[in-house]
Amino acid sequence: MVRIILSRLLQGLVTLFVLVTITFFLVRMMPGSPYTDEKALPAHILQQLETQMGLNKPLPIQYGIYFKNLIFDQELGPLIKRDGVYVGEIISESFPVSALLGVLSIGIALIIGIPAGIIAAVKKNGPLDYASLAFAMVGICLPSFVIGPLLAVTAGLGLKWLNVAGWNSPADWIMPALTLGMVNAAYLARLTRGGMLDVLNQDYIRTAKAKGVPSWRIITKHALRGGLIPAVAYVGPAFAGMISGSFVIETIFQVPGMGQHFINATTDREYFLIQGLVLFYGFLIVGANLLSDLAQIALNPRLRAAA
Amino acid sequence: MQNFPANLARETLLLFRLMMHRALILISTLLCLSGCQRKSQVATATEDGIFIIGNSNEPKGLDSQIVTGVLESNIMRAMFEGLVSFHPSDDAKYVLTGAEALEPDETATVWTAKLRHDAKWSDGTTVTAHDYAFAYERMLSPEFAAKYAEMLYFLKGADRFNKGETKDFSEVGVEVVDDFTLKLTLRGPTPYFPQILKHYTWNPVPRHVVLKHGTMTQKGNAWSKLGNIVSNGPYQLKSWRRTDHLEVERNPYYWNAENVTLNGIRYLPINNSYTEARMFRDGQLHMTYTAPPEIVDLMKKEHPEVLRQEPYVGTLFFRCNTTRKPLDDVRVRRALNLAFDQQEICDKILRGYKPAFGMTPPMAGYTTPHAVRNDPEEARRLLTAAGFPPNSEGVRPDFPRLKILLASRETAATVAQAIQAMWRKELGIEVEIENKEWTAYLAAMQDGEYDLASSGWIGDYLDPLTFLEMWTKGNGNNLTGWSNEKYEDLLKQSHQEADPTKRYQLLQEAETILTTESPNLLLAWYARNYLLDPAVEGWHPLLLDNHPYEVLRLRTK
Repeated sequence: MVRIILSRLLQGLVTLFVLVTITFFLVRMMPGSPYTDEKALPAHILQQLETQMGLNKPLPIQYGIYFKNLIFDQELGPLIKRDGVYVGEIISESFPVSALLGVLSIGIALIIGIPAGIIAAVKKNGPLDYASLAFAMVGICLPSFVIGPLLAVTAGLGLKWLNVAGWNSPADWIMPALTLGMVNAAYLARLTRGGMLDVLNQDYIRTAKAKGVPSWRIITKHALRGGLIPAVAYVGPAFAGMISGSFVIETIFQVPGMGQHFINATTDREYFLIQGLVLFYGFLIVGANLLSDLAQIALNPRLRAAA
Repeated sequence: MQNFPANLARETLLLFRLMMHRALILISTLLCLSGCQRKSQVATATEDGIFIIGNSNEPKGLDSQIVTGVLESNIMRAMFEGLVSFHPSDDAKYVLTGAEALEPDETATVWTAKLRHDAKWSDGTTVTAHDYAFAYERMLSPEFAAKYAEMLYFLKGADRFNKGETKDFSEVGVEVVDDFTLKLTLRGPTPYFPQILKHYTWNPVPRHVVLKHGTMTQKGNAWSKLGNIVSNGPYQLKSWRRTDHLEVERNPYYWNAENVTLNGIRYLPINNSYTEARMFRDGQLHMTYTAPPEIVDLMKKEHPEVLRQEPYVGTLFFRCNTTRKPLDDVRVRRALNLAFDQQEICDKILRGYKPAFGMTPPMAGYTTPHAVRNDPEEARRLLTAAGFPPNSEGVRPDFPRLKILLASRETAATVAQAIQAMWRKELGIEVEIENKEWTAYLAAMQDGEYDLASSGWIGDYLDPLTFLEMWTKGNGNNLTGWSNEKYEDLLKQSHQEADPTKRYQLLQEAETILTTESPNLLLAWYARNYLLDPAVEGWHPLLLDNHPYEVLRLRTK
């Protein structure tokens, strides 16, 4: 077990290093620079600004400086277009909002998705199965930029239940969390249904039935464990994605989260912010994958034996 | 065990119902949390005298010498004031605020400002001429590298100091005569100088606070952060949560505090205009930053009383890369400009914009020379004369496939498609549309990697010069490769002309050269479409859209 964790951590570290390196060079290959503006800057001012940020140094040297600051000072760098603001501040301000939204959404996704998947599997080819499959299909096909505004217009403008946007009270959490949760609930429902169907056809379930084990025990004790494996494998990375924010959800509902920075940093050519966010996101993905691997080991005895 | 699946389903359903029940309780509790206080945010804010406005995006900072954007200027205007400020209903006028008197000499080259003795920073410190001189020195210092330093080039010697050609700030035309007298010497006669002075780059900065948190020219000086910043305008910073809101409240030390009617302003950085419109309709905003075309149409039908469509000093045009064939031929450029119907584009796509018959939109008593009209007949003649005759089907096979470069923002792509179709119909030529991401589009344009580029320009101040100076040789915003000696000569003469009427004549003559040479294809003059709550009183249409907030009133029902 310890060996698995250690090896995964080491793999994660290598992944992060490669990720940051690729990002570093890719963002600098994009056309334009952080100082490309609608009103072109006079040459002498541009030169001064680039010198201050160290952006006029050769790329390998910039790369070296970046890693030196990252490793020795744990410093992700400054924002180029916002004087005196640092990447760390942006992440520490916006991540808690995104994390809260992500946790709520994943909660909604689990509450809706997993029971729907189980019902669908157990009532295979019955009306309930078709209903939940149809719901899942709609959830997968309708993008959040359609569901979001629809919700806002109906529950917000039409029924006057909720504010159409904003992040000022717990009520404001409902619509963004629901929108973000729906899509994932749909995926989870389908994965759970597939996983459960697989397991319910296994010999050991038939044996359990033959021995007269009550059905609730069969599902909780015997079927669910194996049936949830595909869903668990999905939840890990999906969770990392959800707690790091969603640009679409944030702009539709005016949520001060982290997702918008991914997009805006790219169009603004905020080099250090992009690198910082990618690194942070990579860190979350690596961590979530590790947790989801551990959960799968806990669920699957064969994996445990291999460990 | 025959009924095994049915049992299982029933139990799962029960479990599901239980979960849903709990979720419903939770949701209804949350709903009540909001529902119980379900008086609209605008209604509450109106009672409290707080004006809530959409401000499009997160400000890049609050240091008036570093930021350059329109949305930042909306905040600057509430927090800081310079020698003069904006008039609430007339763009051509100005109001003396930081200065009690502002007198030019007979050539309008040397301006003496008598500062008000009761002007104070929000920490109670008096604003003196030293704060102004300090600000101008800071802004012009080469190591500070202010992006907008050029706004101060009106001062004598400012460009040389800014470019590092001299280290001696005393060579720049800024003189502190005493604590309350400031003498500004300009590069030449500038009768319209008060118009320039309204711009926030001319505001003072609190010398004592800047120096407390660092050096004068240090980047990342923390003086303008929440908790440190002091301001001399009607308002001071109250709270700021990035990408959520920024709020200002009354500055108790403001010299004219008793005449400030609004208690505060809350700026929301909403960059999705549809979200913004929904928030307005939901009673979360007094005013939107913009209104997309669909919302304009909807509001015209449903709530015409909240829709505002007002002219704005900006021009929409296509830059022509005159270093490329066939755009190096003035006949081709003219033909392209005459062949599309500006009126139709304004009516059907741009909503509220006006056809641009010149580069400078109507402003400040300046009569723009009438250069462009819709004349397809003349356009066809010019194109044939330029060596691109039509064949029997009216198609001009020799004309190269030009590309229109644009960034898909707002209506740019729709306008380009309309023009593409109009050129096909009227001239028998085909053009392509090249859509790029914003910064990539800017980079391509600035590197001269384009044929035609969809562009716009918003005036910094109310004078034709802000639209004409960019077309001089080597100007960073020309980008067309076009230049004209006579044009530059006329602009230079205008810099030395103290008589406003004669000056305008020179500028008109210059503009005529520009628009007949057509390094740009003129499209439309801007309008601003936005939504405004009728409870807001004292809000007048302004060309530069620089509204002083302190005189507004919010009517409670």
